[in-house]
Amino acid sequence: MLVLLTLHLTAAIVAPLLVRRWGPRACYPLALAPAAAFGWALVRTPDVAHGGAVVETYPWISQLGLDLALRMTTLSWLMTLLVGGVGAVVLVYSARYLPADAVGTAQYAAVMVGFAGAMLGLVLADDLLLLYVCWELTTVLSYLLIGHSAERRSARWAAGQALILTTLGGLAMLVGFIMLGHHAGTYRWSEIAARPLPEGTYLVVAVLLILLGALSKSALLPFTSWLPVAMAAPTPVSAYLHAAAMVKAGVYLLGLFAPVLAGVAPWRPVVLVAGLATMVIGGWAALRQHDLKLLLAYGTVSQLGLLAVTIGVGTADAALAGVAMLAAHALFKATLFLVVGVIDHGAGTRDLRKLSGLGRAAPVLAGVAVLAAASMAGVPPLLGFVAKEAVFAAFTDRPVVLAVLVVGTVLTVAYSLRFLWGAFGSRPGIAPTRLGRIPPTMLLPPAGLALVGLAAGLAAGPVDHLLRPYAESFGPVHAHLAIWSGLNLALGLSVLVLAGGAVVFWLRRPLAPALARVRAPVTGQQGYEWVTHRFDRVAVDVTSVTQRGSLPQYLGLILLVLAAVPGGVLLYIQPWQYPIALWLTPAQPVVLVVISVAALLAVGARRRMTAMLLVGMTGYGTAMFFVLYGAPDLALTQFLVETVTIAVFVLVLRRLPKRFSVRPLWSSRWLRRGIGAIVGLTVAGLAVAAATARHARSISEDFPQLAVEQGHGRNVVNVTLVDIRAWDTLGELSVLVVAATGVASLVFQRSRTGPRPRRLDVDRGEVLAGRPVWLRGGATLHERNRSLVLEVVTRLIFHTAVLFSFYLLFSGHNAPGGGFSGGLVASLALTMRYLAGGRYELAEAAPVNAGTVLGAGLAVAVGGALASMFAGGEALESAKIDFWLPLVGDFYLVTSLFFDVGVYLVVIGLALDVLRSLGAEVDRNIESSGGRPGVLAVERGRGRRR
Amino acid sequence: MTGTGANLVSFLAIGILVGCGVTLLLERSLSRVLLGVILISNGINLLIIFGGRPGGAPVAGVTDPAAMSDALPQAMVLTAIVITFGFTAFLLAISYRSWYLDGDDEVPDDIEDQRIKQRAARKEVSTVDFGEEPPELDPEQLDAPAPGRRRGEGPG
Repeated sequence: MLVLLTLHLTAAIVAPLLVRRWGPRACYPLALAPAAAFGWALVRTPDVAHGGAVVETYPWISQLGLDLALRMTTLSWLMTLLVGGVGAVVLVYSARYLPADAVGTAQYAAVMVGFAGAMLGLVLADDLLLLYVCWELTTVLSYLLIGHSAERRSARWAAGQALILTTLGGLAMLVGFIMLGHHAGTYRWSEIAARPLPEGTYLVVAVLLILLGALSKSALLPFTSWLPVAMAAPTPVSAYLHAAAMVKAGVYLLGLFAPVLAGVAPWRPVVLVAGLATMVIGGWAALRQHDLKLLLAYGTVSQLGLLAVTIGVGTADAALAGVAMLAAHALFKATLFLVVGVIDHGAGTRDLRKLSGLGRAAPVLAGVAVLAAASMAGVPPLLGFVAKEAVFAAFTDRPVVLAVLVVGTVLTVAYSLRFLWGAFGSRPGIAPTRLGRIPPTMLLPPAGLALVGLAAGLAAGPVDHLLRPYAESFGPVHAHLAIWSGLNLALGLSVLVLAGGAVVFWLRRPLAPALARVRAPVTGQQGYEWVTHRFDRVAVDVTSVTQRGSLPQYLGLILLVLAAVPGGVLLYIQPWQYPIALWLTPAQPVVLVVISVAALLAVGARRRMTAMLLVGMTGYGTAMFFVLYGAPDLALTQFLVETVTIAVFVLVLRRLPKRFSVRPLWSSRWLRRGIGAIVGLTVAGLAVAAATARHARSISEDFPQLAVEQGHGRNVVNVTLVDIRAWDTLGELSVLVVAATGVASLVFQRSRTGPRPRRLDVDRGEVLAGRPVWLRGGATLHERNRSLVLEVVTRLIFHTAVLFSFYLLFSGHNAPGGGFSGGLVASLALTMRYLAGGRYELAEAAPVNAGTVLGAGLAVAVGGALASMFAGGEALESAKIDFWLPLVGDFYLVTSLFFDVGVYLVVIGLALDVLRSLGAEVDRNIESSGGRPGVLAVERGRGRRR
Repeated sequence: MTGTGANLVSFLAIGILVGCGVTLLLERSLSRVLLGVILISNGINLLIIFGGRPGGAPVAGVTDPAAMSDALPQAMVLTAIVITFGFTAFLLAISYRSWYLDGDDEVPDDIEDQRIKQRAARKEVSTVDFGEEPPELDPEQLDAPAPGRRRGEGPG
């Protein structure tokens, strides 16, 4: 069975290739996949004919206890035959139905075969979760098939409706499955069925949820609306999905569970009411359709109601009649759909008011249609008659149900006649329809299916024998499928029904006003539209209330929640009842005063530069705290970062207005300060809680030992970064690369990798001979912007700074320093070059693309990680390499140094990108635009420029 | 309770930094938002670092392991500092971009959200793809009848 499923999957994957090569004719080889399923089921008939089962199990997701458990019993054997047989026939038919030059044929063929596979999986699955997966696969694939003509609004609408309604039911069903499976401790239906059922409300809820899935999939009330709309699909799709396969999934589910669950309280009322109502309403609606395909669609709805009643009622006789009906319906309804496809294909219309004289023009086609419609109406000796007789016989003990079934069947006869009359009758005053030659590959499939229906009817005895094991799962079976079962009530009803149907058809003109008027007060369509419209309205209302579009509002709300929830917990646990030291060292309060004053002043500052410098001061203050705490690495990094930050800030601030704009939020400043105070208090409280929360030993107490023994380094912080917690650092490097790229793409309007200005495409004439050149780029600056002191200082310390950065990088493993601080020192050196000499000088100092540096850094870091994997260790594991160097003597290298080099390069790349973007590119922009902002803001920008 | 570096001064510093940062964060000017973010991250870095034990520099051979400051929060904060720098640069670039396009760096209310607000006021829905145009108007209405609407045309 798994082989068959794999075959379908493979066929679906290669389908686009085949279609590209052969066009729609690729459907012929693709039909082999469902044909193989059909053939396999035929071969295995002896295994299930006596009530046995074919079982295959493959382990799949063992952690979830989910196996590919496949099991074929009589019911699934029948479904496999239908799914495979009709699938193959429909694919053959599609080869000529689809225009040779149509777009989307590849997708159509692939999805069709895939659908056949999913359907096969659905009927063969024993594991309920597997069944659910296949169930939803058919939903999704049918969505694609119904929406095949995606350019049409009606097709998209129909596909969406089918998807939403069947998924709704499917999800409910999943919950029902889980409830059953959870209780039983297994998801194999064959095992659940053998165990005691849960009791009470639990079982009732589970059954109702499962029924919801079955009703929605089989388009029973109240979910009928999607099936008629789904006729937007190509006709072969309707023949397969909406006659033989997908809509039968719901009925199959009823048939699978009925032997066990039919006795549960809500099952019978729900199934009988929904089924009977659907049958009558669908049949009535079919009588007023002009579109032949819609007529069939409502007929299908009606027949699905009948099938649900017979299979779902849960008695042995009805079950036997039900599975026979299931087969009969698939055969005649697929045939009729394919006949409509032929008419539509040849005549260009399916409107029975425009068709005339087809019976004479296409006698063979008409013969096929008559055979199928007669089976639908229940005319002997076809399979439809045999099944309908059995249905009547099975319900003789339920007179009310039987009466409704008779009414529904009368309607069935009437619309069968209406179909034949509409498709093949001659109408005076309408020109005879021309159909052209019908290709044999479009005629043979419906003819074959119709003939099978005839043959099965004649061979009612063997069919009875084959289907009986399923009915026996309900108990002893008294009924028999037969063409002649004697003069009894069922025969009388059959005659009555045929006559009644003929009369209803005969009275179509007098009945017309009633047909037009008598209909459900609310159609399913309107109901669906109303519900979805309400959903959209609610979505808009909720969104408009919650998404006000104001950043301060969002942030304020988030922060208030932070204050309310963790703050509330703080008030409850009161962490401040433990004794708290005043300070660590007397220097701390001094730093605190500096930080506090700077932070409070920064809040009120009106000038950008002032605010920025004050915030910078808190950064240096934080660094002082780090020093006092005993964290030299941190302090070093914080000092360096703060300095680079200030430099970058200045680069941007030269463009922004000096003062903050007049603030529209002035009135709410106390509110904001209030939120600030509350959040500040909360976080301080969290700090207290965190400080008093430790009860266990910290894992970091082992770090010093680990650093020396496994990281081969003495600086514990650095070893933590490049070895113990190296994955974190790798993630951080990625963030830095993304940030750098983001900065560049926000500022550069063109590619940032283009040729940079290397030195002197500017006028060199200003450089006076004999005057010492400190920085080569300096000459490119305007005289007013030059600072000779800065140039000299830069010239003097640049190389020293770079050397120092190398020192920090290489010694960082054993002393404060490392890739981060080394990279920052190098970045500062580059920043100085840029500030002193302008953008040409920057290009001189670092004649490489920032992106290259970033990429190289990341590559070195990742390469180092991989290298240790190749060396036999884990990724990012450190190894120590000892060797001897002349002059230096014994020397060792730790592989994590490569990782640190990567860090170093990424930091430099980030700085370079920032300098290039916010520095050099902004310079260029100033020069070319004269200091104005972009076109959009020219007006406002001018007002602010001085 | 095994020793942490937490003390009253650190709590005050954390509270003041975060409080001032939040006040700035709630502004509309991106520069102020950015300064707020920096203040907050300074405060949170202090929070993390003071969760560990203070002591001597965590360098083996220089400080006795028993007297060392806790290295783990230091490593965390070190990456946080550098990430804050990347974030700062990114927000600065956004400020610049905003100034370049609009002439200032203020964050306006989201236009799409405004539209939804108007829609709600007019009692409209967001999806116009469905149900607006009846399928009859489809130019290629060959294969797709509209059942709900066709019914109104009467019987045949």
